[in-house]
Amino acid sequence: MSSSVRSTLKENGFAWLLLLPSLVFLALFTLYPMWKTGKISFYQSDLATPIPTFTGWDNYSRMLDDSVFRQVIGNNLWFALATVPASILLGMVMAIFADKAIHAKSWVRVSFFYPNLIPMIAAANVWLFIYTPQYGLLSRITVWFNAEGMNLLGNPDTVMGALAFMMIWKEAGYFMIFYLAGLQNIPKDLYESANVDGVSRFVVFRRITFPLLMPTTLFVMIIALTNSFKLVDHLWIMTKGGPDNSSSLLLFYIFETAFSFYDQGMAGALTVVMIGILLILSCAQFFGLDKRIHYR
Amino acid sequence: MKFRAKLMLVLCMCVLFVAGCGTSGSKTGQGDTQQPKLESGANTEQVASEGEQTELSFYYPIAVGGPLTSVIEKMTEEFTKENPDIKVKPIYTGSYADTTTKVQAGVQAKQPPDVAVLLTTELYSMIDSNAVIPLDDFIAKEDPSYIEDFYPAFMSNAQSEGKTYSIPFQRSTIVLYYNKDAFKKAGLDPEKPPANWDELVTAAKQLNQNGQSGIEIPGSGFAYWMFQLLSLQNSPDGGNLMSPDGKKVFFDTPENVEALQYWVDLTKKHKVMPEGILDWATVPSDFLAEKTAMIIHTTGNLTNIKNSAAFDFGVAFLPMNKQYGSPTGGGNFYVFKDIEPKKQEAAWKFIKFMTEPERAAQWSIDTGYVAVRKSAYETDVMKQYTQDFPLAVVARDQLEHAHAELSTHNNGRVSKALSDQVQAALTGTIDPAGALKKAQEEANKALEPFNK
Amino acid sequence: MKDQSLPITVGAAESSVSSRQGFRFARRLRRESPAMLIGYGVMYLLAALWVIPLLWMVWAAFMPKSETLNGWSWNFTLENFAHVWQAAPFAQYYLNTLLIAGGVLAVQLVTVTLASFAFARLNFWGRDIIFVLFLVQLMIPADVLIFPNYHVIKELNLLDTKLGIMAPFFVSAFGVFLLRQMFKQLPAELEEAAVMEGCSKIGLLARIYVPLSIPVYVSFAVVSISHQWNNFLWPLIITNSVENRPLTVGLAIFAQSFETGAQWADVSAATLLVIAPLLVLFMIFQQRFINSFMHAGIK
Repeated sequence: MSSSVRSTLKENGFAWLLLLPSLVFLALFTLYPMWKTGKISFYQSDLATPIPTFTGWDNYSRMLDDSVFRQVIGNNLWFALATVPASILLGMVMAIFADKAIHAKSWVRVSFFYPNLIPMIAAANVWLFIYTPQYGLLSRITVWFNAEGMNLLGNPDTVMGALAFMMIWKEAGYFMIFYLAGLQNIPKDLYESANVDGVSRFVVFRRITFPLLMPTTLFVMIIALTNSFKLVDHLWIMTKGGPDNSSSLLLFYIFETAFSFYDQGMAGALTVVMIGILLILSCAQFFGLDKRIHYR
Repeated sequence: MKFRAKLMLVLCMCVLFVAGCGTSGSKTGQGDTQQPKLESGANTEQVASEGEQTELSFYYPIAVGGPLTSVIEKMTEEFTKENPDIKVKPIYTGSYADTTTKVQAGVQAKQPPDVAVLLTTELYSMIDSNAVIPLDDFIAKEDPSYIEDFYPAFMSNAQSEGKTYSIPFQRSTIVLYYNKDAFKKAGLDPEKPPANWDELVTAAKQLNQNGQSGIEIPGSGFAYWMFQLLSLQNSPDGGNLMSPDGKKVFFDTPENVEALQYWVDLTKKHKVMPEGILDWATVPSDFLAEKTAMIIHTTGNLTNIKNSAAFDFGVAFLPMNKQYGSPTGGGNFYVFKDIEPKKQEAAWKFIKFMTEPERAAQWSIDTGYVAVRKSAYETDVMKQYTQDFPLAVVARDQLEHAHAELSTHNNGRVSKALSDQVQAALTGTIDPAGALKKAQEEANKALEPFNK
Repeated sequence: MKDQSLPITVGAAESSVSSRQGFRFARRLRRESPAMLIGYGVMYLLAALWVIPLLWMVWAAFMPKSETLNGWSWNFTLENFAHVWQAAPFAQYYLNTLLIAGGVLAVQLVTVTLASFAFARLNFWGRDIIFVLFLVQLMIPADVLIFPNYHVIKELNLLDTKLGIMAPFFVSAFGVFLLRQMFKQLPAELEEAAVMEGCSKIGLLARIYVPLSIPVYVSFAVVSISHQWNNFLWPLIITNSVENRPLTVGLAIFAQSFETGAQWADVSAATLLVIAPLLVLFMIFQQRFINSFMHAGIK
C-alpha cells in the first residue's frame, strides 16, 4: 500500500519537474498577461478615462449591443467554416499524394508548402496584385475566357470568398507537413497485406490510412480552427476590414479597438471572448475525440 | 535509488541548460545593445552631468516605400555634428499604425520615446492619454517668424484649444492626377484639367473608353479622408467636418449628403468610375497602368508616379464645387511627457534642426511630401527642383484652400464610423442620407464622454 | 496502450521500407487504376496551381517596375533587388533572424520534449487542467498580449535584446500538443521491453521516444522556424537597434507603404530575398526528413 503511494508521489514529482521549465515561461508570457487582460476587461480604460475605473460587466454588455462585434463574429464563423474543412482535407490529400507521387516528389512538396514560408504581409501584397481588377493576374486570365473582370475585394459579397481562398492556399501546405509526418508512422506492412488481399485503394484509405491519421487530424483540426481566428495580418494590406466591415475578423477588431481606439478595457473583453470561444470549441473536440482515438 | 539519481541529473542538466542559454543569450544581448543600456541607466539615476551627451530616441515611420532610413540616419548624424552634446538614435518603427502601437506600449510602461513622428490625427489621443507636452514654451523662446513660417493649413492639425502640440514634418494633401495623353486622345485640352464638379463628370465621360475608366477615387481604408475633400468643396462657408476643439462632428448636413451623393453618382449614375470599393493601394497603379485617366490621391505619390509613368501626366487642383478644398494629411513631430526636461529641450532643438528650410526642402524632394515651411520653397535646391518639375508646386499652391484633416477626441472610433458608412453608401447597401445619419449617431456616441 | 488490436512492431514496419523503395516508376504506373491516374493528374494540376503566385512574384521581382502593370514584359532586370537591398541592412537582419529562430528552437526542443513526455506517459494530479492551461497559449495570438508582455520584458530588463524577442516563445503549446500525440502513438511494448532491460524513464525518453519521433521534431522545427521568420510586430515593438531586428522589419519598408500604394516590384524582390534561404533549406531537408525516419528504427 505505502509503496504504491510512494510510486504515485514519485510519478507526480517527476511529472511536475518535467513541466517546470515550460510552466515558468507559460506563466510569465501567457498566463500572467492573460490574467491582466481578464482583469482590465472589467474596467473602463479608454481615452475618456485615463485612470481605469472598475465597471463590472459593462464592457461585455456594451459588446453585445455593438453591431460591428456581432458582424465580425458572424464573419469569423463563416470564415472558419470556409477555410477549416477545406484546408484540412486538402492538406491530407496533398500529404498522401506527396508521399506517393511517382514523379517530381520534392517539387510537389515544395509547391504545396512554400506559401507557409512567405510572411503574411508579403503574401497579402502578392494576392492583392492577383486580385486587382484589369491588370491583376486573375483578370489577365479571365480576359482569355472573355469573362468580365471583377473587383473581388471591393465588393461585400465576394471579399470573404477571395480572402478565404487565399487562406486555404496559405494553410493547406502547412497541414500537409503534419500529415506527412503522420503517414510515416503508419506501418507499411498494413498496406502490403491489403495489397496482397486485393483490397481497393479507397477501402485502404477508409480502413487504414484515415483512422490511423486520426491523432494528426485532431491536432490539425484544433490548429486550423485557432488559425482561422488568429491570422489577420493580410487584412491590413488588402481590405482594412472593409467594405463596411464585411471582411473584418474578430482579432482584427481587437487590434483596432486596442491600437486605434485606445480602448484597453473593451479590447480585453473582446480577447476574453475570443479565448473563450476557441477554448470551448477546442476542448469539446479534444476531450471528445482524444478518448476515442486509438493510440497504440 | 538509481532512478532518483538520474532524475537529479536530468533536473540539473535542465536547469543548467536553461540558465546557460539565458546567460549566453543575454551576453550577446548586452554586447549588441550597449547604447540603450547606458541610456536607461542614465534615465533612472539621473546622473547626466554637464558636458555629458544627452541621448534622444526618435521613432519614425516610413510610409512612401523607399530606402529612406539612410536619409534619416544621415540627417541625425549631421545634427550630432552640429550639437555634439546631443546624440539622436533614429529608430524605424514600421508603418504609422505600428509606430502608434509602439508608442502606446512605451507610454504605458513609462518608457516613451523622446520624440516621434506620428499622424497628425493622433493629436487628441496623445493629449487624452497624457503622453505628450505642449510646445508653446519652446515656441515662445523662438523668434515668432519660426512658427509663422509653417503653412497654416499644416499647423491647424497641430493645435487644440490655443496650444500647439506638434510640429509638421512629412505632410501631404490630396490632388488630381491626370493622363495628358488620354486627354489628347479623347479630344480634351491636356492643359485644361477639369476645374469643377460638372466639368469633372463631363471630362470623365469622354475619357471613359477602351477599357479605361474616367476617374478613380479610392474608398478603402481612408474613405473618410476622400469624403472630407468632397465635403470641404461643397461647404458654403468653409466649415469643416468637426469643431476646432475636436468635440463635435457635423456629418449629416444636407451639403455633406450632396457630397456623398456626388461620389456615389460617379459610379452608379455617370458610370465613369469602376464598381465597388477601389483599393487605396491599387488606385495609383491603375493610373500607371493607364486603366484610369484620372485619380484623386495623396501628393505622397508624386515621386512614384513621376518615376514610373510611361505617359505624359499632369497634376492639378482638385475640382471645386462651392469652393476649392482639400484636407491635409501626414505626420508631425511630438515630444513626450515622462522624460527629463533636458531631453525635451534637446528634442526641441532636434525638431528645429529637422525643419530648417534646406532640410525641409530636401526631404520634400526625396519623398514627394509637401515641404512644410514657406521658406523651404525659397531655397536654391527647391527652386532648382520646381523649375525642372513644376508639378511639385501644385500641392503647395493648393494649401491656401486646405483645411485640417478630420481629427477629434476618440478619433479612431469617429473616423471609422464615417469610413464604414461611406463604404456602405458606395456599395449601395444604404443611401447617402441614411449613411451619414448613422455615422453621425455613432460619432456622437463616441464623443459623448468628452462633451460632459 | 488502450487498444491492442494493432500489435505492430517497429521491426516489421522497417522491413517493408526497402521493398517499397524498389518500385519502379513504370511498374507502378501500370499498376494504377484509371481512377487513380486521374487523381494523380488532378493533384499535379493542383501543385501547378499552388505555385502560380510564386511564379507571379518572381516575374514581378525581375521585371522593370513600370512594365509589370502593362501586358507581359520580359525585360530581365536586377534593379528591384538593388533598390531593396540598400533600403535596410539585410545581411545583419539575416544573421539576427537566424540567431533568434535558432535560439528559440533550441530551447523549445528541450521544454517541449520534457512536457510532452509528462502529458503522454505520466499520470499526475491536475493533468487535464494543466493541459488546458497549455491550450490557452495555443489560442492566444501572441500579438494580443503585446502591452502586458512589453511590461514583463521591461521588468526583466530585456528590452531591445534578442533574448527579449525570444523569451515569450521559449515554450510552445503547439509543440507540446504535437509531440504528445506522437508519444501516445508509440507502441506500449517498447516501453515495457525497455523497462525490463532496466532502462529508466529518462533513458526511455532519450533512447526510444525521441529518436522514433524525429519526423515530428522535423515538422515542428519547420513550423517553429517559419513562425520566427514571419514574426514582425513583436520584434518591432520591443527592439530599437538594427543589431537586434529581424528580416521582416526590412520587408515592411516596402510592404506597408501607404502613401504611395502598393509597390509590387519592390515587395516581390524583398520577399524573395527573405524567403529564398528558407525555401532552399526546405528543399534539402524535406528529403532528409523522410530518410532520417526510415533509418531511425534500424539503429
